[in-house]
Order: sequence, then C-alpha cells, then structure tokens
Amino acid sequence: MRKLLIWLPLALFAGFFILFASGLLKPDDRVITSKQVGKTLPDFTLPPAASDRPALMSRELATGKPRLLNIFASWCVPCAAEAPQLLALKRAGVEIDAIAIRDAREDVDRFLARYGNPYDRIGLDARSSVQIALGSSGVPESFVIDGKGRIAYQHVGDIRADDIPMILQQLEDAR
Amino acid sequence: MIAEAGLVALWLAAALAFLQLGLVAFGLAGKKSELLEAVRPVAVAQGALTTIAFTALIALFMRSDMSVLLVANNSHSMKPWLYKFAGTWGNHEGSMLLWVTVMGVAGAAVALFERALRRDTHMATLGGQAAISLGFYAFLLFASNPFARINPPAADGQGLNPLLQDPGLAFHPPTLYLGYVGLSVAFSFAIGALLTRQVDASFARAMRPWVLAAWILLTLGITAGSYWAYYELGWGGWWFWDPVENASLMPWLAATALLHSVTVLATRDALRAWTVMLAVIAFSMSMVGTFLVRSGILTSVHAFAVDPERGSFILVLLGIYIGGALALFGWRVGAVREGAPFELVSRETMLVVNNLLLSVILGLVLIGTLYPLLTEAFGHKVSVGAPYFDRIAGPIALILMIVMAAGPLTRWRRDNLAEVGRRLIVPAVIAMIAFAAVAILAWGRIGVLPFLGLVIALAVAAGSVAPLWKRNLRRTPLFTWGMVVAHLGCAVSLAGMACDSAFTVEKLAAVRPGDVVEAAGWKLRLTRIVPIAGDNWTALQADMEASRNGGPPVMLHPQSRFFPSPPTTTTEAALLTRWNGQLYVVLGQEADQGRWQLRVWWKPFVTLIWFGGALVALGGALALVGRERRGWLLKWRGKAAVA
Repeated sequence: MRKLLIWLPLALFAGFFILFASGLLKPDDRVITSKQVGKTLPDFTLPPAASDRPALMSRELATGKPRLLNIFASWCVPCAAEAPQLLALKRAGVEIDAIAIRDAREDVDRFLARYGNPYDRIGLDARSSVQIALGSSGVPESFVIDGKGRIAYQHVGDIRADDIPMILQQLEDAR
Repeated sequence: MIAEAGLVALWLAAALAFLQLGLVAFGLAGKKSELLEAVRPVAVAQGALTTIAFTALIALFMRSDMSVLLVANNSHSMKPWLYKFAGTWGNHEGSMLLWVTVMGVAGAAVALFERALRRDTHMATLGGQAAISLGFYAFLLFASNPFARINPPAADGQGLNPLLQDPGLAFHPPTLYLGYVGLSVAFSFAIGALLTRQVDASFARAMRPWVLAAWILLTLGITAGSYWAYYELGWGGWWFWDPVENASLMPWLAATALLHSVTVLATRDALRAWTVMLAVIAFSMSMVGTFLVRSGILTSVHAFAVDPERGSFILVLLGIYIGGALALFGWRVGAVREGAPFELVSRETMLVVNNLLLSVILGLVLIGTLYPLLTEAFGHKVSVGAPYFDRIAGPIALILMIVMAAGPLTRWRRDNLAEVGRRLIVPAVIAMIAFAAVAILAWGRIGVLPFLGLVIALAVAAGSVAPLWKRNLRRTPLFTWGMVVAHLGCAVSLAGMACDSAFTVEKLAAVRPGDVVEAAGWKLRLTRIVPIAGDNWTALQADMEASRNGGPPVMLHPQSRFFPSPPTTTTEAALLTRWNGQLYVVLGQEADQGRWQLRVWWKPFVTLIWFGGALVALGGALALVGRERRGWLLKWRGKAAVA
C-alpha cells in the first residue's frame, strides 16, 4: 500500500504530461467551417449595399456557372488587404458577388472607390442574418457557389496571393 | 554593447550553473571536500551574473534601444519612464529573464545565508537549484533570447499593451515571481534531503524560513494582482478564476499547506514524506502554471505569448524536473523512517486536516483549470467558469476556515476533546450571535455561501485572536503574533468577499450632462464630458459629483482612454474609498442623443479583501522575523556563554 502511494504522484504526473503533450501537439484548429458546405444556399433577398451595384438575391447566384460569393465589410481591415486578390480573380474571369456585413451605403461606396470594385452585385446584410444563415463566422470569407446555387467550398479569412490558384481550381471543380 | 554584455553574463551564469552542478555531483559522490568548497562562491557568482543580465535588459528598455528586437516589439520611446522600466518584464523574454534572475539570486542567498542545514544536504540543495536553473537558462538562450538585435534598428517601438501601463506592473509581477520562483528553493531543499536522506526536524527548521519568505511574497503578489485586475479591467470583480490566476493560486495553496506541514515536521518530527512531497508539488505547480500561461494551451485573457514551440520546450523541462523529482521521491522516500506518531486529538491532527483540505482545493482547482483540455482530448469543447469554482471550492474553504480557528487552540501531541471544546466556546457564541444578526439583517436577500461566509468570518476573527487570551502579550513570541495576524487576515479577507458578493449594488444608466444617477444612497451627477490628454494617451473623461445621503460632494473622474500605440481603448474606473466600502464608476460608450453609459457599483467593505491579504502577508513576515530573531538570540547567547 505504502509502495503504491509512493509512486502514485509520479503516475498522476505522467497522466498530466500526456494530456499536456497531446494538447500541445494537436494542430491548433481555430477555423470553424460552415455546416452549410455541400448544401443549397439559404433563401435571401438583400437590398443594394452600394450606389452603383444592384441588390443581391440568392436565386441570382444559380446562373449555371460557378461564382464567388465574398463576405466583407468596409470596416474590416483584412478585407481591404484582400481587395487586390479579388481584383486579380476578376481579371482572371471569375464572377464575384458580395454581401456587406453591418455596413452603411456611404461607407461601402468609399471603400470600393479606394480599394477597387470587383463585384457584380452587392447585398447589404445589416444585421448579419444572412451571414449566420450561411454559417459564416466572420469577415472576410468567400464561398464558391456552383451553377445550381449550392455551396461548393468555403474559404475562411482573407484570400492571399498564393491562395488564388487554389480558388480558381475550386471554381473549376464546381463546374 | 549593453545587449551583448547582458547576453555574455547570461551565458556565463549558465556555465557557472553547469559547473555548480558538476562540483556538487563529483564532490558528494567522491567525498571530495575541496570541490564542495567551491560551490558556494560559484552560486553567489551565478546570482550576481543573472542580476547583471537583468540590469542590462532594464538599461536597454530605459534607453529605448530600438536595435534590440524585444525593446522594439514591446516598448515605445514616448512612454513614461516607469512603464519603460516595468516594461522590461511585461513580455515573455523579459519575464523569463526575471525568472532565472530570481532563481539565481535565491540560490546565492541559500549559499550565503543558510547555516542550519547539514553540509552535505546544503550542497545537494545548491546542486538541485543549479540543475533547475540550467533548464531555464537553456530555454532563454535557445528559445527566448531577450538580447537579440534587429538590423536595421526599428524607427520606434510598437508599444506596451495599455492594460499593462499601470503602476501595478511595477509591483505585481516582480513580487509574484519572487514568491512563485522562490518556491524553487523549497523544491531544491526537498531534492537535497532526498539525496542525502536527511528528512528530519532540523531539515524542516532550515527549510521553514525559505518557504515562509516565498509564501509572503506570493501572498502579496496575488493580493496586488487581484486589486490591479479589479480596478484596471473595469468589471468590478476581484477574482475571475482565469487559468492564469489559478496558475498563481495553485502554488499558493501548496505553499500554504507546506508552511503548516513543515511546522509539524520542525516541532514534532512527524509528516516527513508528506512535507517533502509538498515541497516538490509547490514549485511543480509554479512550473505547470508557467507552462499553461506560456504555451497558450488554454485560452485566457492573460495569454501573452501563444507559442507551441516554446510550450514544447517548457513541457520537456516539466518532464525532466517534476518527473525527475517524483521519481527520486519514489526511489528514496522508502528509506525515510516514519516520523513521530501523534494522538487523534492534537495540533498535529488539526494541521493534517488543514493540509488535506488545502490539497483537496488544490486538486479541484487543478481539475477545473485543466478540464477543458481533458474534454478537448475527447473531442468536446467546454469552458469551466467561476460558478464551478465558487460552488466547489467555496464550501471546502469555509470548512478550512473553521479548522483554522480551532487548530491553534489545540495542544501539540495530545489534547482532550472537551478541553478544546471549552476553548472554542467564545468563538462559538460569537458565531451564534453573528448568525442571528446576519439572519435578522439580510435573511432571504443573500445567498447561502455569502451568509455562511459572513458568520464564519466573524467567528474565525474571534477564534484567531483567542491564542492571545490570558497571555502576557509582551512575552508572547513574535511568531505566535504572526500566526494570529495571518489567521485574522484570512477572516478579514473572507468578510470582504462575503460582503462584496452579498451587498454589492450595481446600477447601469445612460445619462446626459446634468443628469443624476442614484445607487445605494449615493447621488452621482454627471457635470460634463471633456477630452483630456496624458503622456501617451488621450481620453474622454466624465466629470462627476458624488455625494452620499446629502453629504458634501466629491469629484470623480472615470475615463475611457485611447492609446495610439498599439491602438487600444482602456477603461479607467473612478474609485472612491470610504471606511465602509468603495464606489466604483466606469464610463462606457456614448449612447444615442448625447447620452453616456455609466456603470456604478457600491461595494460595501470590499477593500477588506485586500486588507486581509496584506494582513496575511504581514503575519508571515512577523513569523519569519520572530523565528530568525530567536535563532540569532540563541546563537548570541551561546557565544556569550562560551566566552
């Protein structure tokens, strides 16, 4: 009994050590992917978010050809950093629509004038309700929508320059 | 040059630690006295070198040397000097340098001042201290070099987290670290005693002052940290059960248990293996805490440096030191004879109960802190919050308080239950009166825990001064005074906690200038909102007049501060302290139509929490001085008698 007690602390510590090591070695998974990926877009109709772009309805996204749906906001700094990559995708022939989250029309106009406008249509999601329906947890995020209006792929965070080939591939795969 | 000098000093200190370990190992194994002769000077030199390295880093921060990466990342030339100075340890590398400096200086102090310990145990202790230091030197030099340069130098620094730009930073982390890392001495003592198989009363008497000193500083550090969080974070709370707070509480719980068991060992030569175990656990908890904080493995408001690579390094150190110490314990403690036996009704039993209860609380806090990690390993994400800790640890802490009142009234070795009961009559009567009084005043309005907390606080306050009754106060030894003051401090602190959770009044309002907010008899009038500028911040300040029950008005100035580097907003609560409580006012955001959000708390007797903490530390200091002075007096008399 005494013998057992003597070695008990070491055994307990070994357990803690394994727990710590497993917690440490596990990849730090802070990305929360949407449960909506693979499903049809939720139904929504959003008012226009910019003065020179039309409003956005979910069925307009099912055009028979894959499109990119970008979730952004004028108040979001990573979104400004992402703008050049979206313009590059636009030049590569990608059709991009957007949802502006918790924004105001003047602010969106100013943002687009400053960082460029790769979008065909921009809907204003003033209360984040569509964002939540999409299963998006922040800005910026981008969804690849296939020709039938299904979410084929979700990209969490800003699109970096070296993400572009991968995004193009995803759009190609969604055909 | 300063950075290079600091780095050289750090490398030299590491080399000396290696030398110290070698001298002890070969000296003890080969019984070579001449090798052991060199250990103490080497330990002192090592302590001096760490101090030089730390001073060098302070100098770099004070001069805002932006060619040093750490300074560029964590300081700014426009900061007030106090935050340049304190910013030295307001970051990962600097705080780890403070860690090894405390270890080095503590080792030097053990080399210089420890006289009571048997020589071979003393040497083995210094060997243990050197061995632990080596790992942390390696961590600094290979994974967190504080003296790394950048080329070209930065134009200016990125600034210090504004939450840390507070005089609290100059006091809280160093005090906490002195206690936290000071426990390494107890750890090394345990290693030394296990190696030389000297676990007895004289060993305990030698170890006690070191444990006491670390415990006093840890108590002060935690108390200061609690008050700092209370006024800086602007939530009106004083303890959040955050993983990092728990990381400082767990070593404190272990050290408190150790402090009591070491007294049993010193006085009655009992609880030998247990005391050694606690000495190992106390510093192990410091290391586990550092691992939790530095690895970012748990999410915390304090997660300063989320870096899995550094986490792995510390984890390896944990494995070596804690695993090694526990293995040594298992291997050697069988050779430690059982200590003296004692009767069931005795001071020893009371102290064993104290130790058991503290260990249970420690275990519950540890499980609560690590539970999210445990469930995540099985694929669930949960978080454990304050309700768990309050509900689980609270009742046990209350039982512990009752034992604390009874313990000092029980005699060593053997006592009579009826006798103990008779000595507890006065505290028991006070408990009943308190129960009746609190019941009449607040029945049904306050929760069970605060209710019991108030009653027990009053009874324990009476019980803790009971050991002084019928004694000649001038002849009462200073260390007895120390115990009384420390126990009284616990009661005072408990009273503050209970009052805060039972009677706090909170009021949220949106007001225009000229409007009045009323809360708990206070009338607060918002005069105006003015922009003001400080050293490295600008703020919106509310000018307010507060008066209680029609008394003369006092000006209050809560602020919402904006710091440009790094861009952050902090709330600076306005505090108004009265003898019976504190008024706590926070200025929030601007609401619609020129109205401003205000959050007002009246917290009766909340300051007792920290006053009690300070009393506990003061009690520890009295006990330390009392014991040491007695040692000096005995030695002096012995010399006089020989002469």
